[in-house]
Amino acid sequence: MTLPNPLPRPPDELRRLEEVWAPPRGWRILSAVNNTQVGLFYIGTALLFFLIGGSLAMLVRAQLAVPGNTLLGPDTYNQVFTMHGTIMMFLFAVPIVEAMAVYLLPAMLGTRDLPFPWLGAYAFWAYAIGGLAFCCSILFAVAPDGGWFMYPPLTSSRFSPTINADFWLLGIGFIEISAIAGAVELVVGILRTRPPGMTLGRMPVFAWAMLVVAGMVIFAFPPVILGTLLLELERAFGWPFFIAEQGGDPLLWQHLFWFFGHPDVYIIFLPAAGMVSTIVPTLAQTPLVGYRLVVGAILTMGAFSFALWAHHMFAAGLSIHSMSLFSAASMAVAIPSGVQVFAWIATLWRGRRLRLTTPALFVLGFFFVFTIGGLTGVMVALLPFDWQTHDTYFVVAHLHYVLLGGMVFPLFAAFYYWAPTVSGRTLSPRLGAWVCGLLFAGVNLTFFPMHLSGLLGMPRRVYTYPPGLHWEWPNLLSSLGAGLLAIGVVLFLLDLVLHLRVTGKVDTNPWNASTLEWLPLDNYGARSIPQIESREPLWDRPALREEVAGGRHYLPGTVTGEREALVTSPFDARPQYVVILPRDGWTPLLAAAGTAAFFLLLTVKLVTLAAMTGAFTLAMLVRWLWTTDRGPVTPPVDIGGGIRVPVYVTGSRSHSWWAMVVLILVAGATWASLLFSYFYLWTIAPEWPPPAQRLPGWGWPAAAGTAWAVSSGLILGASRALATGATTRFRGWLATGGLAMLAALALDLAGQWQAGLAPTRHGYGATVAVALLVQGLFVATLVIMAAYSLARSWRGLLNATRRVTFDNTMLLWHYAAVQAVIGLAALHALPRWLG
Amino acid sequence: MGMQSALAPGGPAAQAIANLATVLAVGAAVIFVLVMALLAYGALSGPRRVHTGLWVVGGGIVFPVAVLSALLVYDRGLSHALSTPPPRDAPRIEVEGRQWWWEVRYAAGVAGRDVVVAANEIHLPVGTAVDLVLTTPDVIHSFWVPSLAGKVDMVPGRRNRLTIQADRAGIYRGQCAEFCGVQHARMALLVVAAPPAEFEGWLAREAAPAAPPTTPELTQGHDAFLAHGCGGCHTIRGTTALGLLGPDLTHVGSRRTLAAATIPNHVEAMAAWISASDRLKPGNRMRSFAHLDQGTVAAIAAYLASLQ
Repeated sequence: MTLPNPLPRPPDELRRLEEVWAPPRGWRILSAVNNTQVGLFYIGTALLFFLIGGSLAMLVRAQLAVPGNTLLGPDTYNQVFTMHGTIMMFLFAVPIVEAMAVYLLPAMLGTRDLPFPWLGAYAFWAYAIGGLAFCCSILFAVAPDGGWFMYPPLTSSRFSPTINADFWLLGIGFIEISAIAGAVELVVGILRTRPPGMTLGRMPVFAWAMLVVAGMVIFAFPPVILGTLLLELERAFGWPFFIAEQGGDPLLWQHLFWFFGHPDVYIIFLPAAGMVSTIVPTLAQTPLVGYRLVVGAILTMGAFSFALWAHHMFAAGLSIHSMSLFSAASMAVAIPSGVQVFAWIATLWRGRRLRLTTPALFVLGFFFVFTIGGLTGVMVALLPFDWQTHDTYFVVAHLHYVLLGGMVFPLFAAFYYWAPTVSGRTLSPRLGAWVCGLLFAGVNLTFFPMHLSGLLGMPRRVYTYPPGLHWEWPNLLSSLGAGLLAIGVVLFLLDLVLHLRVTGKVDTNPWNASTLEWLPLDNYGARSIPQIESREPLWDRPALREEVAGGRHYLPGTVTGEREALVTSPFDARPQYVVILPRDGWTPLLAAAGTAAFFLLLTVKLVTLAAMTGAFTLAMLVRWLWTTDRGPVTPPVDIGGGIRVPVYVTGSRSHSWWAMVVLILVAGATWASLLFSYFYLWTIAPEWPPPAQRLPGWGWPAAAGTAWAVSSGLILGASRALATGATTRFRGWLATGGLAMLAALALDLAGQWQAGLAPTRHGYGATVAVALLVQGLFVATLVIMAAYSLARSWRGLLNATRRVTFDNTMLLWHYAAVQAVIGLAALHALPRWLG
Repeated sequence: MGMQSALAPGGPAAQAIANLATVLAVGAAVIFVLVMALLAYGALSGPRRVHTGLWVVGGGIVFPVAVLSALLVYDRGLSHALSTPPPRDAPRIEVEGRQWWWEVRYAAGVAGRDVVVAANEIHLPVGTAVDLVLTTPDVIHSFWVPSLAGKVDMVPGRRNRLTIQADRAGIYRGQCAEFCGVQHARMALLVVAAPPAEFEGWLAREAAPAAPPTTPELTQGHDAFLAHGCGGCHTIRGTTALGLLGPDLTHVGSRRTLAAATIPNHVEAMAAWISASDRLKPGNRMRSFAHLDQGTVAAIAAYLASLQ
């Protein structure tokens, strides 16, 4: 092929590229937004939480080493195990896989950065600040103590009146929002910033895994975010969603929680599997066997994982028929796991004899530990076996085999494998072998005996146990194993301290890998964006590293003098436009600090201060947004190969349109969870609405629905006016549309008010009220967005060509109208029709 | 293998699950060894040709589908059999999980009484399927006696059912399996399986009101029990103590343990529990009567121990 750009390159091209991407120096590095810096901060912070969560686990094992131990009292122990689970799941496992993706994916996809660097930085800082504050609660003995699963009624205000549970609900609820922000960025990044020629069928398996995982985050996190909102509303205002005597149901929480909680396991596992699918071919020096089948398995797993949640509730007294279905689905998920395991083993067969490098050792450890976890997973999928082992140490053993084997071992393999992209050289092979050996021995010694202690009748979450039940030996062995694990982790940290140096500029491919993250890299990623023609570009085109570094491929410099990335089409990766990315800045950090402070102040019930930080955060967000949507600052630019692309597009080609669509999917999943809660409580209620509650008259919802339709129509009119340049008409229609929307909300509220809606009396009133609350939140957001569009229009920043701001507002507006009409139908028409 | 072990079954349900566990463990071990052998050979051998269909479709799809289908048949058959309700005339016992003990009610038509209330100890006739009704007035608990059957949760607003049967006489230990708060760890119970005649005798004794005190010390204990307000929480049938918050103590002296199988039951343990319950089971709902003098405590303990 002829290369897109000729030699020699203009003399100052590289210097200008380096300048615009240069990271801030000294302490200002905290204002960096580039994925390389944010990714490393992110990984470091997640590792810090791994250490905190691990230290708590050491306390657990110290307490349980002998029967009747009094090292920790029950209060402390319950906080310790709750925080261990919560930190490991919410602050370590999910964040670290997103962190690895933020760090690795742009390089692997040959792009300069993810498409929303400020959003990425905001998501990271919100998580870091919120997570650290959350962890501090245990220092004051006010940490959550109701288990990481937070089942009501134990966590309700009646049985947990103190602030501990609120830390969980507000702290974790808000950190999940940051996970969603990360997912938005990953979906758009993977679909829209791949290098030219990297069709979906040529995409690295890790990118496939992260695409599926980000999709799963979008649908799995909203139910639990809604659940935390409901439980917090119940605790704060007495809306009885989970109180059985008042038309609520404690099992509603379990459904919402596990509808998140089970996919969450695969959200953690699939990225690790994607890493294994990347590392194994390199180790074997042969392409992955069965690429298509592996991608199919990842997609299947992602879909299946949403059909398994009730297997966490096999002892709750569900009907045997529905349990049988969930049991079968739980077994079936072993099939896509099997596909991947056999594809990896087949790759090792096809490849050369394995050299026992540190990544190879960890991969072998992964196979051993994960296979055991998978097999015990099939065992607990069988109903009768689960009835015995559910909530016992057998399940503790199973889940740690799956998570440590399926996620931590691949993660350590990944650390050792990709460390050279950070520091230009590998970590110590000698220390690495020790780390792997200690972790392997530690995991098996800690968790294998737990299978036995569980079958011998030891339940989970007990702060102590009596002697004489044959639990002494397994527990002592587990505690000794935990010590080995701790030594292994300390040695790993030592290896990092001794051998990891962040260098910025790296040019190395020590394992002879085939993927693009082994191109010569600087802060801007690769010098030029490569043209891709196969799945293994570095193997199939050995000259590629040199060509890319020489600037022979696309976009070898900066065409606008700003940070840029090349946006390509989602399926076949054809160049579409050059997006201008924001430079480093403090706004994301400040906005994140404000958001975290807002939620924490709410938790400790300092409402005025919370309102002030909320206003500050909003100001930061507006300031941030104001700098976006720059419009076509230059005419279309030449990226090489005779291709000219614009630097600004609108409509469905715009990457921000895609982000808005993803956000709408999140909103839709939230609304669906809310309607699920409403219908769920309906199915267990003898009468709906309950006695002493009634539906508003027909007229109210009909009028509200009509007003929503009208407001949507007015926005459409505003859009037409904007396109024709009729500025005054545009402003008029937009403002009128806003008023119509407010009228719709007011009619909805007035109808319920007139019908005497009582949120505190019954689950019916509570769910209806929370639907109104969410609807109100949408209206408030849209009012702010409309005002923002008007302000931009007045400042001359919004016109027929420069209109992404308004287009996104319109998209959300139409969605809100559809959501409102569906809600009105569910809350007003269905009870009449079915009742 | 222990009195609280799924590996030491004492009845048909636990036996069937133990058999299933054996099949699963052996099968898993075989598959594990097979996979590890394939892995070791692949890692250690030089390059060789592989057939994608054979490996990935054969090993990853056909093989698990075959194994899992067989397991599914086993799973369905056994789980439906274990969920079959007991015969209509099966004795029914209601067990209510409370923070952090168990109330046990026998629907016994004995001695003109409808219901016999006891706590933390379930008595069963050997060889009979018993219908358990599992409820809770506070948080979620889970009823689990591993040697007899799998566990079933006690969920507010629901009446869950579990059939248990002990085929050999003896004492089985059970423990709450759903985290239920600060003393979840010390919410255990005993199941006493006895031959039917012995069980009937026990139930008849249990249905009777408490024996009146027969010695001056016992009388002192009885009076102190009432004077210090113990009857606000506890019932002793045949006296004016009618409290419903704590365990029924009508025959507490006959029970093998105290505080939901936390400590063995004897008169000194009873005295220790009364004066320092918070030390023995921190956070439990009974207040410690540390202010009572030793003599009074000893008298109350002696009286309670006499309630056989």
